[in-house]
Amino acid sequence: MVSSHAKRTRSLQYGALVFYMLFLAFPLLWLLSVSFKGPRELVELHPHLIPSQWTFENYGQALHGEIGIGGVTLLHAAWNSTKVATFTAVLTTLVGLPAAYVLARQRGLISKIGLGWILLSQMFPLILIIIPIFLLLRSMHLTDSHIGLVFVYVVWTLPFILWMLQSYVRGIPRDLEEAAMVDGASRFTVLRTVIAPLLAPGVVVTALFAFITAWNEFFLALVLLQTPGRTTLPLLLARFVGVEGIVRLGPLAASALLATLPSLLLFTVIQRWLTRGLMSGAVKG
Amino acid sequence: MALTSREAFVLLIPAMIPIVALSVAPLARGIYLGFTDSRAGFDVKTHFIGLDNFHRLIHDDLFVNSFKIGLIWAGSVTFVQFCLALGLALLLSQPLRFRWLARSLALVPWAMPPVVVGIMWKLVFQPQAGVLNELLYRGHLPGSNIDWLSDFTWALPAVIVVGVWAGMPQTTVALLAGVQSISDDLHEAAAVDGAGALRRFWTITLPQLRPVILAITTLDLIWNFNSFGLVYVLTLGGPGHATELPMLFAYNEAFKYGEFGYAAALGDAMVIVIACILVFTIRGRLKETT
Repeated sequence: MVSSHAKRTRSLQYGALVFYMLFLAFPLLWLLSVSFKGPRELVELHPHLIPSQWTFENYGQALHGEIGIGGVTLLHAAWNSTKVATFTAVLTTLVGLPAAYVLARQRGLISKIGLGWILLSQMFPLILIIIPIFLLLRSMHLTDSHIGLVFVYVVWTLPFILWMLQSYVRGIPRDLEEAAMVDGASRFTVLRTVIAPLLAPGVVVTALFAFITAWNEFFLALVLLQTPGRTTLPLLLARFVGVEGIVRLGPLAASALLATLPSLLLFTVIQRWLTRGLMSGAVKG
Repeated sequence: MALTSREAFVLLIPAMIPIVALSVAPLARGIYLGFTDSRAGFDVKTHFIGLDNFHRLIHDDLFVNSFKIGLIWAGSVTFVQFCLALGLALLLSQPLRFRWLARSLALVPWAMPPVVVGIMWKLVFQPQAGVLNELLYRGHLPGSNIDWLSDFTWALPAVIVVGVWAGMPQTTVALLAGVQSISDDLHEAAAVDGAGALRRFWTITLPQLRPVILAITTLDLIWNFNSFGLVYVLTLGGPGHATELPMLFAYNEAFKYGEFGYAAALGDAMVIVIACILVFTIRGRLKETT
């Protein structure tokens, strides 16, 4: 009797699992399906999930520059996104690393203020910050430039980056450092020779996460960038939807998928460490 | 050996300069701008005008509308997301086959640009070529000829579904970590005492999860209230103003009409709403500890 009850529970659980997988996967499958359909099949009244005739035409159009607004191609926007996201990742991590060390190791007022700011920065609507930043950058002639956008991204990603980095630092036993310092090594030497190698994987994960965040960002780019030639990928895609994407569904789906590929790949690489790093402090804390 | 405060200070400087210059100072100025008549033009003088913007806001139907929609959106997305994510987290903590697949799928939205999530669901909701209407049609269900995102009744529920989908990862990950941190002893002891699964859920899992639940729903509420990109791509706030979230309204005021002061006042009003959410949940937290 017990076992039949257990069996029923199990099958209910599998039923629920299937429901979840369908809900999570079917929009993705549909996007894939549309990206492989030819123009004629896309206007059919009763569409099928599996394309009746597979075609790479949409990807060809996306990559050969037939997607675009104001002469900007998908690849050009991808190059812009790569530049912005790379600089953001490197700068945020460099700037955040020393501060994260202090937040993890110092139990004083400074750390309390720092962690408080990290939380608080998640609460404010971006509109309050972006208007003054827009005015500031405009006075420095940095609106509509990648440099200005990178500055804004660095500060925007910093709270999260600091949070991740400090949780990785906490993962390194304090004794290691103290032992080295008792042996007479200076703080700087300890940081370089003891902490840095142990922290390296965490730093890479954090930098990649910053890259993904910047690669995906839309609102700040929308406000700051005007010149079509400087458009980042999300901006290009959003404009394409508005202008003609809705009549060219196939190429739209293909470019949307291509634009997601880099961040999805990087995310797959880091996800195991990412969730561990984010939650280690949060749950116990 | 503890850091001396001088060492700490030196190490903090590289992060502090950009934070103060591009976050703290702009935030202070942004809050202040809400009390001025600042406009986008280059050589327009800005004057302090006290509470005038707020008077205007209260009498602006579109503002009241956008906050109402913002609260409905944030509340529904957070609530549905919480229920679904809790269910998923409980499932993922069971020894089921294919749970790795479900886990990976649940993380995918995290890696996707909101713009792409918007485009993807736009394709799902397409009136003729979309998969949703086709499924309804084949299942002989009503609604197969609705243009979901352009329909005054259905646009808001439709974008709420997308919001739920997009926010699943963070909520699921947080709740899963919480579920896994509950010690097995508690469950075993209760099971020995004869408590069934449902009873153990109410008396052990939920109370143990309380702090995580409180934290993640508060964050979700605030994130969702501040949300922009998804709905911008899906509907641009339309049809009419049926899905115009506060941030979309503020964006239009600031960067379409150049009303910086008015948009900042709107931001201030959003801060007040968020502060209310925080006070509400922090009081819940305090009650729990006393």
